[in-house]
Amino acid sequence: MHPFSYTKVSDLAGALAAGRRGGRYLAGGTMLVDLMRESVERPSVLVDISALPLGEITATAGGGLRIGALVRMAEAAAHPSVRAAFPVISQALESSASAQLRNMATIGGNIMQRTRCPYFRDVTAACNKREPGAGCAALGGFNRAHAILGASEHCAATHPSDVAVAFAALEANVHLLGPDGERSVALADFLLPPGGTPQREQAARPGELITAVEIPAHPRPLRSGYLKVRDRQSYEFALTSAAVALHLRDGVIHQAKVAAGGVGTVPWKLPAVERLLIGERPSQALWAEAAERAADGARPLEHNRFKIELLKRTVERQLRVVGDLAGGTA
Amino acid sequence: MSRRAVGAPLSRVDGRLKVTGQAKYAADHPADGVVHAVIVGSTVSRGRITAVDTRAASALSGVLKVISHRNAPRLAYHRNPSSNNPETGERLRVFQDDRVRFRGQPVAVVVATTPEAARHGASLVVVRYDAEQPSTDLAGAPASAPVTYARGDADLAVGSAAVRLEMTYRTARNHHNAMEPHATIARWDGGRLTVWDKTQWVVGTQRELAAVFGVELSAVRVISPFVGGAFGSGLRAWPHVTIAALAARMVGRPVKLVLTRGQLYSGTGYRPAYEYRLRLGSDRRGRLTAMVHDIRAETSSYEDFRENVLAAGQTLYSMPHVRQTYRTVPLDVNTPLYMRGPGHVTAAYVIESAVDELAHELGIDPIELRRRNEPAEDESNGMPFSTRRLRECYTVGAREFGWERRAPEPRSTRRGDWLIGMGMAAGAHGTVRNPAQARVVLDARGTALVEAATSDMGPGTYTSMTQIAADALGLAVRAVEFRLGDSGMPRTPAHGASQTTASVGSAVQDGCDKLRRQAIELAVGDRRSPLHGVDARHVTVSAGRLHVTADPARGETYQRLLARHGRARLETLGLFEPGESRFSTAAYGATFAEVAVDHRLGLVRVLRMLGVYDAGRIISPKLAESQALGGMVGGIGAALLERTITDHRDGMIVNADLASYLVPVNADVPDLRAIFLEGADPEADPIGVKGLGEVVHIGVAPAIANAVFHATGRRVRELPITAEALL
Ligand SMILES: Cc1cc2nc3c(=O)[nH]c(=O)nc-3n(C[C@H](O)[C@H](O)[C@H](O)COP(=O)(O)OP(=O)(O)OC[C@H]3O[C@@H](n4cnc5c(N)ncnc54)[C@H](O)[C@@H]3O)c2cc1C
Repeated sequence: MHPFSYTKVSDLAGALAAGRRGGRYLAGGTMLVDLMRESVERPSVLVDISALPLGEITATAGGGLRIGALVRMAEAAAHPSVRAAFPVISQALESSASAQLRNMATIGGNIMQRTRCPYFRDVTAACNKREPGAGCAALGGFNRAHAILGASEHCAATHPSDVAVAFAALEANVHLLGPDGERSVALADFLLPPGGTPQREQAARPGELITAVEIPAHPRPLRSGYLKVRDRQSYEFALTSAAVALHLRDGVIHQAKVAAGGVGTVPWKLPAVERLLIGERPSQALWAEAAERAADGARPLEHNRFKIELLKRTVERQLRVVGDLAGGTA
Repeated sequence: MSRRAVGAPLSRVDGRLKVTGQAKYAADHPADGVVHAVIVGSTVSRGRITAVDTRAASALSGVLKVISHRNAPRLAYHRNPSSNNPETGERLRVFQDDRVRFRGQPVAVVVATTPEAARHGASLVVVRYDAEQPSTDLAGAPASAPVTYARGDADLAVGSAAVRLEMTYRTARNHHNAMEPHATIARWDGGRLTVWDKTQWVVGTQRELAAVFGVELSAVRVISPFVGGAFGSGLRAWPHVTIAALAARMVGRPVKLVLTRGQLYSGTGYRPAYEYRLRLGSDRRGRLTAMVHDIRAETSSYEDFRENVLAAGQTLYSMPHVRQTYRTVPLDVNTPLYMRGPGHVTAAYVIESAVDELAHELGIDPIELRRRNEPAEDESNGMPFSTRRLRECYTVGAREFGWERRAPEPRSTRRGDWLIGMGMAAGAHGTVRNPAQARVVLDARGTALVEAATSDMGPGTYTSMTQIAADALGLAVRAVEFRLGDSGMPRTPAHGASQTTASVGSAVQDGCDKLRRQAIELAVGDRRSPLHGVDARHVTVSAGRLHVTADPARGETYQRLLARHGRARLETLGLFEPGESRFSTAAYGATFAEVAVDHRLGLVRVLRMLGVYDAGRIISPKLAESQALGGMVGGIGAALLERTITDHRDGMIVNADLASYLVPVNADVPDLRAIFLEGADPEADPIGVKGLGEVVHIGVAPAIANAVFHATGRRVRELPITAEALL
């Protein structure tokens, strides 16, 4: 652990000013403080943003939802609008971490969270994310939890967030505020696969602050849900997970949004699965046929080969679960 | 008649202190002028230290000293097998040479005025190594000479048996992972050392410190009134205890040292990983004729740690032929140590899985098969059993669990995506008894103080000893205080191997009996006492009052008796000296589990469990139940979740934290139930108890594994059972 100074800001301008001077934003602190204890993160200035006015959940004009960056995971999960419109978000949040962590951790912090790769978290191991060019101990090491999709020769760490998988399925946008003003980036473009620069994990510019995550409007009724497969029943990251949202009209699937977690270096959208579903009528055979494409392009490592089959089965199961809900109201 | 305290479902007498935060654990004790130490662990698993650069750390404000083998004094390190150090090998001598024997080995310690400065300083110490390729993988590594056992000719008998099975089972390394981290505060006053420590044995730690520093036993005092869980990890004084004392001596101030969660994985012991090959032979009716056990377990390169993995194979079932070889495999790792049900847990997993496999093979109900192999005597030594009520455990368990609803055929019960299965397993743990003492003092207010140098890592020693003393003294529970955890108190054995109630409880019983008799003698011989002249055998004490058994109105209180005699106190020393027993004595249990397996996703969920135990007298039923439930929870962990994973390329433990070393959480713990067969074992010890803490954990993992087989038809011969093994 290394010494640091701490300052708390009360408005956005103050936050940006501190951020511009190299300050590191601190929201719930559940990830950042952990990594500082392990000397993985060594910020010299912490800027506590928890008092900023970014804690609201509001409906957008078009029928979407805007979730402020400082909304706690527990609040977002319990919010009536979230529960009504996007159960997949509530379920992803409720299956994340523990109740205590969800009471502290924020939505912005959640999508910014760093990988759980043990070699990243132990400063004595080689890690290209922590120290570009140092090599990757995980590729030849214990890599059961690692990605089968999106890895490069430099890094195979997964993005550990659950709710980001739901956001990816729903094609959410990340709202940012920086020295140059506001902008909005699709989540799919915001979280970066490792490629040759595994140390670059997000498309945020230095000092940029996440202000909100916006879920665009989707046709209604939208049935959705999240399934997380893991060794223990609570308080553990996903081996595999699936976020599914379906819109049926007259018994036919008109919209299908599917993403997977625990398997990708970023939340993994499954367009091939989605394409097979659209225009079809729900059936066991359809779910199986579509899910067969869930692991397209997968490249397993020594200890995570089982995830290929597990991912397909996870997607198939969740298509059926959500499909049964959707079918019931068609 | 006042109600007896023994057998009453009391809550913990120390519960209030614990839930209000007043109970002082090792790191909580105030010590004037205390400074803080943080260990620097080696980052290689094998090799030599070539340089220790302490400049940056030493320059830090608040840092008092950086200690390594470069500047540490030579320590005596006298041989000391009496503190649970393995018989064979040499314990790790901290900062005495440049050799690295395992990853995480302490190579330096930073002492500073604040914990923050010490921790920052520790991260600035730069150590260079001449590293060698370590060997940390049990699989394929060469073993040392075996310990063997044989009766009959097991190889021949297996070869000629009508039914033969041969299986290899593997179990992962497990860490104790108690809530409280290991911590030590050490203070020297001249040549005298006082240590507040997390330990299950203040006497063991006292002996070890005296041996390491070459000082008289009487110069060392070890204090440990509360232990926040241990499961065996506190049975040895680990290197950090020495480091704290060494640092305190070098800086001339009290030093507090708390291991981080990560450091616990290399700074304390663990249940070793095993490879266990079992061959068995039986006749067609399921009568076992022979078993051949080939056992390999990891140990460190510098100590040969062994545990009792052989007993179950010799005594659990009747068979004429047994052969066992037990090999340890020295690796570049730190030394393992006893963990709840040491050895027995592993052997029971293997044997109870194998017996289940045999039952399936022969189409015999697993309980019926066990009944057919129930021995009439201890076949390892020909002794009769004092009590062995395993058959009753089966009967009660089967009835209460609804075993008759179990369809014999595996994979035959389905609920939606879930396959449902039931399994069971037996377990036994030989009753351990060792000499113990307890001091009993009755004061003029008629209240008693009982003391012994034992420990309470959670099972409820405070409570059960209070109950025993209250009944023996004829006092209400609230009139008795029991104290423990100070090496200055009367000697007791280690608080492990389920021997505390049997050994310390018997000493408490003896001391209280003596004191009660002393008071009665005083009264009946006293002209001014209403009891004068009464035959002492006809006097009873209840609710603090001595009276004629048949005439409760005639009597007087302890208080009056002492006051009249001008005595401030009566005092006795209770002794327990177990003799040679003519009997084979053990606690027994049968554990039942029902599981659901999502066969497509490979998920196992335990639905309910039941344990039925023959453990002799139950002193404290409420805490006994807690023990049993805890044993089952630990078994769920061992069966489905817990494993310490090493990257064998360099010996790094990749899951040295509680986010990735998985223990069961509430959601994993279903409906658990414990039943204790009523009764006592008078041959076991004066209070009739057979030990509980181990037996409730032995047999849990195989019950779950057998249930997984019954649910799925798939036999996984490795613990923990992971999703990928079931896909
Ligand atoms: C034991 C454990 C288990 C967990 N299990 C799960 C799980 O199962 N599923 C899951 O999804 N997550 C899990 N988590 C992760 C948890 O959800 C994250 O730690 C949490 O969401 C981070 O939010 P925070 O507000 O505490 O972020 P902080 O720790 O405060 O910050 C995290 C990072 O985000 C940056 N940041 C925070 N807010 C902003 C902002 N508004 N703009 C720009 N940057 C910002 C910080 O600078 C920092 O880099 C687990 C965490 C722990 C410790």
